[in-house]
Amino acid sequence: MSVLPMKRIMICAKRQDRKSILEFLQRTGSVEIASREMAEDDTVFSSMDVSQSSQLFTKNAALADRALEILAAAAPEKGSLLSAFEGRTPISVEDYEANVKKRDNAMRYVNEIILLDKEATEAKADVPRLTTQIEALTPWSTLNYPLSFSGTKKTVAFIGTFPEKLSESEIAEALAANAPEAEAVDISIIASEDNFTSVMIACLKSDGDSIEDALRRMNFQRPPVSDMVPAAQVEAYEKERAEAIRRIDSTAEKIASYADKREDIKFISDYFNMRAAKYDVLGTLTQSKRVFLIEGYVPAGKAAALEDMLISRYDAAVELTDPDPSEDVPVLLKNNAFASPVEGVIESYSMPGKGELDPTTPVACFYYILFGMMLSDFAYGALMSIATFVLIKKLKNMEPSTRKTLTMFFYCGLGTMLSGILFGSYFGDAPTVIAKTFFGKTLEIPKLIDPLAQPMKMLVLCFAIGIIHLIAGLCINLYTALRQKRYVDAISDSVLWMLLVIGLLLFGLTTDMVTGMFSLNKISPVAGNIGKVMAIIGAIGIILMDGRESKNWFKRTLKGVYGLYNVTGYLSDLLSYSRLLALGLATSVISSVFNQMGSMVAGTPVLGVILFVLIFIVGHTLNLAINALGAYVHTNRLQYVEFFGKFYQGGGHKFTPFATNTKYFKFKEDN
Amino acid sequence: MGIALALLGAASAALFAGIGSAIGVGRAGQAAAGLVTEDPSQFSRALILQLLPGTQGIYGLLIAFIALSNIGLLGGNVDTSMSVGTGLMYLFACLPMAFVGLVSAMQQSKASVASIGLVAKRPDQFGKSMIFPAMVETYAILALLISILAINGIPR
Repeated sequence: MSVLPMKRIMICAKRQDRKSILEFLQRTGSVEIASREMAEDDTVFSSMDVSQSSQLFTKNAALADRALEILAAAAPEKGSLLSAFEGRTPISVEDYEANVKKRDNAMRYVNEIILLDKEATEAKADVPRLTTQIEALTPWSTLNYPLSFSGTKKTVAFIGTFPEKLSESEIAEALAANAPEAEAVDISIIASEDNFTSVMIACLKSDGDSIEDALRRMNFQRPPVSDMVPAAQVEAYEKERAEAIRRIDSTAEKIASYADKREDIKFISDYFNMRAAKYDVLGTLTQSKRVFLIEGYVPAGKAAALEDMLISRYDAAVELTDPDPSEDVPVLLKNNAFASPVEGVIESYSMPGKGELDPTTPVACFYYILFGMMLSDFAYGALMSIATFVLIKKLKNMEPSTRKTLTMFFYCGLGTMLSGILFGSYFGDAPTVIAKTFFGKTLEIPKLIDPLAQPMKMLVLCFAIGIIHLIAGLCINLYTALRQKRYVDAISDSVLWMLLVIGLLLFGLTTDMVTGMFSLNKISPVAGNIGKVMAIIGAIGIILMDGRESKNWFKRTLKGVYGLYNVTGYLSDLLSYSRLLALGLATSVISSVFNQMGSMVAGTPVLGVILFVLIFIVGHTLNLAINALGAYVHTNRLQYVEFFGKFYQGGGHKFTPFATNTKYFKFKEDN
Repeated sequence: MGIALALLGAASAALFAGIGSAIGVGRAGQAAAGLVTEDPSQFSRALILQLLPGTQGIYGLLIAFIALSNIGLLGGNVDTSMSVGTGLMYLFACLPMAFVGLVSAMQQSKASVASIGLVAKRPDQFGKSMIFPAMVETYAILALLISILAINGIPR
């Protein structure tokens, strides 16, 4: 349960070793590089411009990823449902070296795949283009001249369309009206539809101009030009289209034939990404003519071993120092197996800031309980725990973060089983319903509280858990302040509020209003009086202390009164825990709705049982999914808003070591 | 007459809260689909954020179910002689869930849409993005609480 202490590390080594040392650091992945800004006028040290090579590597990695995408579309990778949980494939150093030797081959595959894809894209664009052209030529298919035919020595031919349906005589009439001087005009209709008429009109060369004029006035349009006879042209286009389609298929086949190279390409993608990362770091290093410096942070526990390895392998000097308190030291959390699964929850809020405690352990304890209260069904919890347990045991290769999340849900499942027993819920009221419908017996499930029948009692339980949760938050706040020797803060921000809240609570339990509302037994008036005194001390203390940063007494008191107003915040925090009741009820009521639906159709023999089982499976799967989601979201909310609100700010930045941040492979360092 | 009023209450809890959730989930779904077009790997996160405004419908169902089972409509022994007063009590008891369910689901969906936008830009901030819509839900939960307590308090 702690934030791991960090050491500042400075490595000084010979310039010729820099790449191998960086590679070593990258593979061990235990140093976060944090180089110092260099002075502009430094004459000894400078940094190197590596942006060009780094860009090249990034580009190559992107090409490899693109090739993988193309490959995945042409030949989908087979993966089971579980593969989503599977992590990166581990690869040994020897395999790594062997693969590096093959990198040119792999890059060639990448380029070939991308080229093939380009070809396929072009072919795919050809198909619709040719189709339109064929369609445009179809009306002309009976014409025996090429569309570009313009006439013979003595005649002029006009080939084109009118945008309406016209008969030969109508065209002749219109032409006679528009070009009365023209004599011999031959009109042959090639095709005609509702909205167009395609024609070939021939006339003597001397009449050509006037006919053309007339035709223009009649909205005559020329067809797409081609030098072939339309029927032949269509045939040629069709051939071309078939060829394009064949090309699409054949490139797809060719791309798919690279499927066995997939692993090589994945490796090359990782390889170039790693090299890009290495060069990015290289660019930030301080280098002189013969030596270079690496600075960064390393977890104190790993520092000595790293120092030994560096010194024994290279001509290097390593200096380890404690970081300055003013530095923004990266944060790495270390917890036991029970608590560490919720580190992800902490991380997605914020890492602990300077001087703050690692809240993982208390969050974990409450997380499993609160989640359990919200899902509150023994069978659901058991399903969750078993499923996650099997996954964790079966898939050895899982990424640590996935493993943590699954472990968290394993423990949440245990919490759910516990509260399921408390509230007597096993697939809701399934045992009772099944006993009644199929065996005609009445079965009472033993339970501590029946949330549906005694909601007030259940509500009191929820509030009790809420009070414990909030007070625990205040206690951590107190502890943090004491540890940092902020004694005034410790008393005024934690102790006084605890006095006020607990005092009000004790006092409340002696009043008729509260005990009557929740049907509780009154506690002894002595306790009530103690509570009253505690609350008054707390309230006065808060009024005096809450505005302590103001010098002016009047202002300070006003601020204090306003601070006391915050007690309403505690009330709303407490009410917020009623979601435990609401979500718990939602689970049990919906499952009993499904059970009841099942029992309604279970009357007929055989078929009834089948229907019951069907409704049971579908209904409970749905209910589990929806309510597990609700429980997850609202547990997070209770932790983030109500619990963290009392003591936790966060603001630290996560320890992100210089490591092999690869997508497909994981590199094992031998020692 | 009383039983009809009680039924009206139960029905309106399921009705309005359901409408609210349908609108809310639909609206958030559009934003989620947009996010998944850009980045299919965000599907599970988008789905969680989409489903957040869906709980009101479930709460409405819960209230309707409790009310129906209390007035005997589920067991088949309907109390047709229920007084108008008792019927009105059921009706009023269901109203908080009906109205708060309707409005909070719609408002929550706006927070959900915004959170989906947040995840689109900063996928690492998913933990926080979940909290904003969950804040709105508090009021639906409070309404649910009052409706449950009220229904359970009606003398039978």
